[in-house]
Amino acid sequence: MKKHIKTLTSLKESASKGCGECQT
Amino acid sequence: MSMIHKFRLHGINIVVDVNSGAVHVVDNEAFDILDYYKEKNQKHVIEILSSKYDKEKLKEAYTEIQNLENEGLLYSKDDYQYNPSFTNREHVVKALCLHVAHDCNLKCKYCFASQGNFNGDAKLMDIEIGKKALEFLVQNSGNRKNLEVDFFGGEPLMNWEVVKELVDYGNKIASEKGKRFRFTITTNGVLLDDEKIDYINKYMHNVVLSLDGRKEINDKMRPTLNDKGSYDLIVPKFQKLVDGRKDKYYYVRGTFTRENIDFSRDVLHFADLGFELNSVEPVVDSEDNPYALREEDLPKVFQEYEKLALEYANRKINGDKLTFFHFVIDLNQGPCVIKRLVGCGAGTEYLAITPEGDIYPCHQFVGNEDFKLGNLLTNNIDLDKVDQFRDLHVYSKDECKKCWAKFYCSGGCHANAYNFNKDLKKPYKLGCEMQKKRIECALMIQAKIMLEGDKND
Repeated sequence: MKKHIKTLTSLKESASKGCGECQT
Repeated sequence: MSMIHKFRLHGINIVVDVNSGAVHVVDNEAFDILDYYKEKNQKHVIEILSSKYDKEKLKEAYTEIQNLENEGLLYSKDDYQYNPSFTNREHVVKALCLHVAHDCNLKCKYCFASQGNFNGDAKLMDIEIGKKALEFLVQNSGNRKNLEVDFFGGEPLMNWEVVKELVDYGNKIASEKGKRFRFTITTNGVLLDDEKIDYINKYMHNVVLSLDGRKEINDKMRPTLNDKGSYDLIVPKFQKLVDGRKDKYYYVRGTFTRENIDFSRDVLHFADLGFELNSVEPVVDSEDNPYALREEDLPKVFQEYEKLALEYANRKINGDKLTFFHFVIDLNQGPCVIKRLVGCGAGTEYLAITPEGDIYPCHQFVGNEDFKLGNLLTNNIDLDKVDQFRDLHVYSKDECKKCWAKFYCSGGCHANAYNFNKDLKKPYKLGCEMQKKRIECALMIQAKIMLEGDKND
């Protein structure tokens, strides 16, 4: 349990998984 | 190169790990340790800060930072530039900005389209050009299934029958190829009536409604052709449209200028009118215009964003549905890094088509012959110019490469870069500074909501 840091959110994964279907 | 960005806003310390996308809320010990963490060893860091903090707490915080670094959530490396999904991305067109009318029934003072005609003759797109544009999009879309068309102007409602015919035609040719169009329309609302409202709410995936906020602000900047205010004419129509929109997207979108640097009041005015989804954009114009923003205005603009962010966070915590476009940020299922590198896609996957069938990189370049890419009727495209735009991304712009916000803003607006610096690769500085402030505000809002949730657990 971290006392000093809370992680709000934990891109490298997304680099491997660019389909191009999202809004432009 | 590893990079973090840390900032303090409304009493919350936030640290962004630029390359992994991780975001952390930290206490004062950890926040200050990060000033020295990469240059000095643990003993030295604790020595420096021990007059301010308890040594044991400093050791704990230091260890937590080390652990995050080992987990790849702090000081992670940027290794996307040569990612094959980025370097080998397909040459496809996915979205068109269709200028169905180079004419307008308002004369907004800041209009980049010179009151709708883009410094040319007033003209409406005929149906054959429109059909050719949709065919061009389908033919050049590769394996993309979702295609987008924004009916734009000028004022697109001035060419309403063509809009409807193109929606029918687009749906027909897309379904034949197993594709789908998502239509958007951007309107000033002057010509809205019940028939148009019903049609838009049935067929338009998104609708952008232009209004500048409070009546006195809107009417000063957005007069009708006979110099009257447009607010009273438009607001009831927008309210009727939004009321019938149900769960579909819309945005009421305004422009703020030097005349209303207190723009948070306009955002909250939108909410009071029932326009929960809204945005205001800073005017982009040269400094010789009295309403243009200047560097000296930035402290006030920043203060206004921060003020709005605090009010926004408190409203969100209390379940309010207000959604300000620039404070929307999806930290957990945001876009993939490839999308963030490519940005808006202007000049490559996103193009603008004029009533004459001319092809431009986007609506902001229309009328500048130097950037004309070709014409639908002659079927020729200047591929060298397309390649020039394909090479615009955060790794090709020196200032973006070093910027902590590069994966949030994707390198900014190419047209603004050109208009202000005559260099597509040199971003518009004022725009960058405001964008960074908006991102900080958006992150603070998420952090405040999280901390409030922790309090209630």
